[in-house]
Amino acid sequence: MSIDPSTIRSVLATDCGSTTTKAVLFELTDDGWRQTYRGEAPTTVEAPFEDVTRGVLNAAMEVQELSGRTLVDGDQIKTPDQGDRDGVDLYISTSSAGGGLQLVVGGVVRSMTAESAMRAALGAGAIVMDTFATNDKRKPHEQIERIRQLRPDMILLAGGINGGTVKHVVAIAEMIAAARPRTRLGGGFNLPIIYGGNSAVRPQIEERLKDLSDLSMVENVRPIMEEENLGPARDKIHDLFMEHVMAQAPGYDKLMDWADVPIMPTPAAVGMIIQTIAKQRNINVVGVDIGGATTDVFSVFDDAFNRTVSANLGMSYSISNVLAEAGLESILRWVPFPIDEKGLRNRIGNKMIRPTTIPETLEELQVEQAIAREALRLAFIQHKEFAVALRGVQKERTIADAFRQSGSGETLVKMLKLDLIVGSGGVLSHAPRRVQSMRMMIDSFAPEGITDIAVDSIFMTPHLGVFSSVHAEAATTVFEKDCLIYLGSCISPAGEINEDKPVMRVQMKLPGGGSMDETLGFGELRLIEASREDELKGTFTPLQKQLDLGAGPGKPVQQVVRGGVCGIALDTRGRPGVQVPMDERRVPTLTRWVEEMGEYP
Amino acid sequence: MGAIFTPGLTVTEHHIVQKDRRLPIEGDVDVEVGDVVEADQVVARTSLPGKVFPANVANQLGIDPGRLKAYMTKDVGDSVVKDEILAETPGFMGMFKSEAKAIVTGTIESISTVTGMVILQAAPIPVEVDAYINGRVVEVIPGEGCVVQAPAMMVQGIFGLGGEVKGEIANIEGGAHEVLDPAHLKADHAGKIVVGGAYITLKGLKRAVELGVAGIVTGGFDYDDIKELLGYEVGVAITGGEDLGLTLIVTEGFGHIDMAPATFKLLQSKEGRRASINGATQIRAGVIRPEVVITHDDEEASAEKFVPPEPTGISVGDTVRGIRAPWFGKIGTVKSLPVDLMAMESETKVRVLEVAFADGHDAILPRANVESIER
Repeated sequence: MSIDPSTIRSVLATDCGSTTTKAVLFELTDDGWRQTYRGEAPTTVEAPFEDVTRGVLNAAMEVQELSGRTLVDGDQIKTPDQGDRDGVDLYISTSSAGGGLQLVVGGVVRSMTAESAMRAALGAGAIVMDTFATNDKRKPHEQIERIRQLRPDMILLAGGINGGTVKHVVAIAEMIAAARPRTRLGGGFNLPIIYGGNSAVRPQIEERLKDLSDLSMVENVRPIMEEENLGPARDKIHDLFMEHVMAQAPGYDKLMDWADVPIMPTPAAVGMIIQTIAKQRNINVVGVDIGGATTDVFSVFDDAFNRTVSANLGMSYSISNVLAEAGLESILRWVPFPIDEKGLRNRIGNKMIRPTTIPETLEELQVEQAIAREALRLAFIQHKEFAVALRGVQKERTIADAFRQSGSGETLVKMLKLDLIVGSGGVLSHAPRRVQSMRMMIDSFAPEGITDIAVDSIFMTPHLGVFSSVHAEAATTVFEKDCLIYLGSCISPAGEINEDKPVMRVQMKLPGGGSMDETLGFGELRLIEASREDELKGTFTPLQKQLDLGAGPGKPVQQVVRGGVCGIALDTRGRPGVQVPMDERRVPTLTRWVEEMGEYP
Repeated sequence: MGAIFTPGLTVTEHHIVQKDRRLPIEGDVDVEVGDVVEADQVVARTSLPGKVFPANVANQLGIDPGRLKAYMTKDVGDSVVKDEILAETPGFMGMFKSEAKAIVTGTIESISTVTGMVILQAAPIPVEVDAYINGRVVEVIPGEGCVVQAPAMMVQGIFGLGGEVKGEIANIEGGAHEVLDPAHLKADHAGKIVVGGAYITLKGLKRAVELGVAGIVTGGFDYDDIKELLGYEVGVAITGGEDLGLTLIVTEGFGHIDMAPATFKLLQSKEGRRASINGATQIRAGVIRPEVVITHDDEEASAEKFVPPEPTGISVGDTVRGIRAPWFGKIGTVKSLPVDLMAMESETKVRVLEVAFADGHDAILPRANVESIER
């Protein structure tokens, strides 16, 4: 059913996260399209409700109470808009509840076709449980045992460029056949397997896998070494995402029935918005969406879009995994007060088992934000390792390239070329003070050079992503006016700092007509008040020859910088990672940074 | 607004419990709808495929994979014993023969003329599924298993480790605040489900394993101790397959937390009764909480008691418990449910409720930080 955008005056959009269901109201006002009200409620996949629509109705009820517009009619969302603030014209939704679509991918060479298959899976919003390849260092019987244990929702099998290897692709298929893999949900249906490898091998694949799986064929994800063709595999995965995840979580059949357009996976909706920003402004962007179960990182560098999902890095269901992966010490380095370690572990464990609770005390908030920094940091490391140029492509290399070990397989995420970081997700969008979000992102992403930092105001990028599929113009208007909040910019030199010498000289006009000319030493974090409207001309000079602010090592940068709701942060705490002393100086150092930024009451 | 909806755990004397008893793969179901079954009775059985052992026979013989079948002495589906010859080449004048032998006893699963691989499958592993609870079969899923139903006492915990076990309930001495340590555990607790207190120490848990205790149900334990017990951390709450020698269920959370009075009282009243417990926990898609189930014998007589209550929200006058600091574990009564958002000490603006706590003072706390109890 096609919807005529000109007939829409009001839209209720929900995002069913693994922890919270967020509802926002978009309305056509005298000031054009605006986001007007929001509400949220715990996601109700858990007993006693076991029905996702209950959380949707609760969140909608909250919007109804705040807005005075009737949205809920009995146990239904009221559509269409009857006039006089009664009902809405459109109900749309995104979803990440249900544990995500879990995939196993396979290919011939781990860093080539298997990696292309992985990129296709991630781009479609899936979680990759394991990647199999003929060179993954496991013996065939170990691979078979592992596939038996995994119970994925589906398998994506690639391998071989068109006209390339047959034998190795067949070997991977034989390994899968020997494992006789079963679906996560059990039941009487076969595991879906998508084959997107060397098209010449299709008959052999069919012979080996057809009888024991629900086999489908798509175009090769890597038809030639120099090119990926991920679209067909992504689309197929997306179809299965809808069929499996949506059907799995309780109440989704009803939700799908309510929604006027197909429910979109949250990561797909966020990715759509990130790509739009990069394209419209011709800039390099990193976006992050930190949720309860997973953290998604998106990047667009020179038009190349990448998405990674860190399946077990999140702020509630997966919070204990952040502790396990980062280690207690890494989390403690962001906690600005002394804390009993056993107590901290128990607190984190309790958040995992009661994921919908909210930090009431200041200490609880600070602990959650410390964990968030580590979740973001780890997710970004994973993203940088994954977002690489295609490997296996033959390139002409100069002697300098050989010395730098650069070439194919190098990360596309160049911090000095990054223009904008956009944060989204509860812990960033709902931080009581915006400056808390800004610091979390500076600490975890460690931007280099001069980088703008923004946050999704109230966590509505997923809602806008799905809205844009119906009414692109309205979605763009709301995005500009109500969604993206510029927090400010961060200026920080790249390179290893000599702690005993001056680090950076800042000569800059200040809002209101003054100016500053200061030299910063190691370990400083300063916040200069400046709004987004202030265009401040400045010269920023690295004072050590190895340090780089974007113009090359040791060279000054002359640039107009802009602030935001927080201001301009000057950061000389070290790169590529912020250095925090872990001895008795930890708490005083953190306290100094907290006070300088005005983070907490 | 009259009520709010908040997740809670089931703690009730009267519940209709339905248990899906399914095989991991297709097999035979031994029961029919209407059958009365005992907890230990096998209701379905099958054989899991044995381990798979691939061997590149073409490489061993030094031949092209395409010609492999010509040299095989066994075919797909044939049984072989370890060291039996699978394939051989004739050699030249009776010399330079090469052969490939079976590396395990089993059957030949496949012979590949593309890769030269022969896959052997070891003997199948028998698997049986029991009824888990005493009850009646209300549905048979052909080839997969059945659904067993029974009226029962049901207590859900918040987190558990280990799978299904059965045993008699044995309460330890002391109240809901008792700390369970080795001194509480006796030799006659072997094979039983030991219930007690607010917390179990790591030493207590290790002692219980030594004694052969089947399960422990307690208020809390330390998150740190999971790693000590299992050798790894549980990063996401998906459990049930751990092999720690017993099943552990915590009803409240990590740390010292008194068992909720209703839970404690109910379990205390079941001394000597046979329970089925499962530590499996999954706090994601399709939430699973650990459980203690004790079936009732008076199925027909008291059927009306077991009508499941409609899920309702929290209303003024309800008893709630704090589930997050600084009110963790504290019990109180809801005084009001203000509509407006309020800022907490953390400056987080949230919907709140006003609670009169049992120790005499009132507090405003986030609605998300309470759970309904004793409904």
